[in-house]
Amino acid sequence: MRRAPLLGIVIALAAALALPLLVSNFRLFQFTQVGIYAIALLGLNMLTGYNGQISLGHGAFYAVGAYTTAIMIDRWEVPYPLTIVAAGVLCLVAGFLFGIPALRLEGLYLALATFALALAVPQILKYFEHWTGGSQGIVLSKPNPPWGLKLSPDQWLYFFTLAILVGLFVLAHNLLAGRTGRAIVAIRDNPIAAEAMGINTALYKSLTFGVSAAYTGVAGALSAIAIAFVAPDSFNIFLSITFLVGVVVGGLASVAGAVFGALFIQFVPNWAQEISKAAPWAIYGVMLILFMYGMPRGIAGTLRLGWARLAPRGTRVER
Amino acid sequence: MDILVQQIISGLATGGIYGSVALALVMIYQATDVVNYAQGEMAMFSTYLAWTLMNAGLPYWVAFFGTLVLSFIGGVLIERIVIRPVERAPILTIVIVCIGLLVILNSVAGWIYSYIQKPFPSPFPERPITLGNVVFGAHDVGAILVTLIVLAFLYAFFRFTTLGLAMRAAAQNPASSRLCGIRVGWMLAIGWGLAAMVGAVAGMMVAPIVFLDPNMMAGILIYAFASATLGGFTSPGGAVIGGLIVGVIENIVGTYVHFIGTELKLTVALALILVVLVFKPSGLFGRAAVHRV
Repeated sequence: MRRAPLLGIVIALAAALALPLLVSNFRLFQFTQVGIYAIALLGLNMLTGYNGQISLGHGAFYAVGAYTTAIMIDRWEVPYPLTIVAAGVLCLVAGFLFGIPALRLEGLYLALATFALALAVPQILKYFEHWTGGSQGIVLSKPNPPWGLKLSPDQWLYFFTLAILVGLFVLAHNLLAGRTGRAIVAIRDNPIAAEAMGINTALYKSLTFGVSAAYTGVAGALSAIAIAFVAPDSFNIFLSITFLVGVVVGGLASVAGAVFGALFIQFVPNWAQEISKAAPWAIYGVMLILFMYGMPRGIAGTLRLGWARLAPRGTRVER
Repeated sequence: MDILVQQIISGLATGGIYGSVALALVMIYQATDVVNYAQGEMAMFSTYLAWTLMNAGLPYWVAFFGTLVLSFIGGVLIERIVIRPVERAPILTIVIVCIGLLVILNSVAGWIYSYIQKPFPSPFPERPITLGNVVFGAHDVGAILVTLIVLAFLYAFFRFTTLGLAMRAAAQNPASSRLCGIRVGWMLAIGWGLAAMVGAVAGMMVAPIVFLDPNMMAGILIYAFASATLGGFTSPGGAVIGGLIVGVIENIVGTYVHFIGTELKLTVALALILVVLVFKPSGLFGRAAVHRV
């Protein structure tokens, strides 16, 4: 079982490293977006896929991350790598704090509260005009590559994002594969049994919320740098729904699923846009429902299942 | 003082609309344990149907009742086709399917009717009603009346008809109802149909105020959530009262609390939802949820 994913990861990494040589700057920018989405989706997946807490409002943390970075760069001229750390920490705290009242909310009610959060975000951002620049947003400039590297800004941002992505994925994998991960999943599957086994449910749930928000916040920060622009209306409810689509299509409770989901939400709407302005969303909606019916574990889960079927006996995974 | 009274009246009018959508949410929640995130978009779609009928030359009330029938059929179909396969699935699945439905209805409406705002007629006279120093919009008063009529109808339906009784039974104890010969599946479908009708009424009442566009219900849905939460997700009457309270709070806070104004209205709803959920999750009139371990 171990060989196939490892091979997959090596191939994917090699392809990712070779990519800048093969495609134009614009395409590369799109792949940077994919990396950014993948980080956000991984964050949401930890919460929703692994921990079973439904969030329809992760766009809010994405917005907090993006605005933290934008404001720090624009106002205080902080170097951009530092702002990403700040965004992550701020979202960790914000997520943890939001997670505490969320403890009392189960399933539907949590979904409802986060849905309301997502709807309110653009208004809140516009309201604090002094800091956020109101509906005009904040314009940044793309950073140049450091150390005199001979790369275009887009290429540099791509590698920069890729490095952060790999780091965060390794971190998430280690977190979820070990004792902590088992506790998180146990809470999803049976909270009462988990508590009876000595898992501090409240702590783990709010902590998962915090870490999840931090991942999404880092993604938001990266997106502010990559797009070099933030505006309130790009953080509407549909952004949060996009994340949900990504997680479901990629695969709930799967680290690799985040990459598949990110590829989906980056490229499928672009193709669909050519049919009609509304088409991407119609496709999203249909995909959400079809995946729930037919492939509830998403692309990653289906691939894993397919591999398990094909693999010779003895190497099969128990699922 | 006059301003206050006026604000309360127009608060009651929008509150009635929130209450109707909240009522539709609660009806579905009670029957199927599903919070229907697509409720707002279903109402929006129904309103577009009404617009189409009126554009075809039908008089207002014919179009109104025609829309109710179409909405009922639409609601039943959605339950049968989309919701039924995931009826017993985990909550996450159901939430995702409802979100999928929301997105589909929103984009299909945009696809067919475009995202340009359209005016929508009101059945009530334009001339305001004057009582002493206070002036009410006729549409406001009419919307309150329509909401109350809908509520009375639903109450009578659930209280005095066999079908209503069967529906309540199916929601409360599906297994026993099935043994009594009630077709539980169809009762749920009819519940969705009725909720779609109630939503359609709310949509047609709100469209003259906010104009018709595919996104018109997003803000109203969040207020309806707040209303249902405040009144209690297990209490239909509570949902309507919750709606009225939310409508009045919204208007008074918007008028008198200056840092909020109209710009933070949605945030008020968010805060309200959070406060109620944290301090009294069952709402003002709801039953506390009890789970068997």
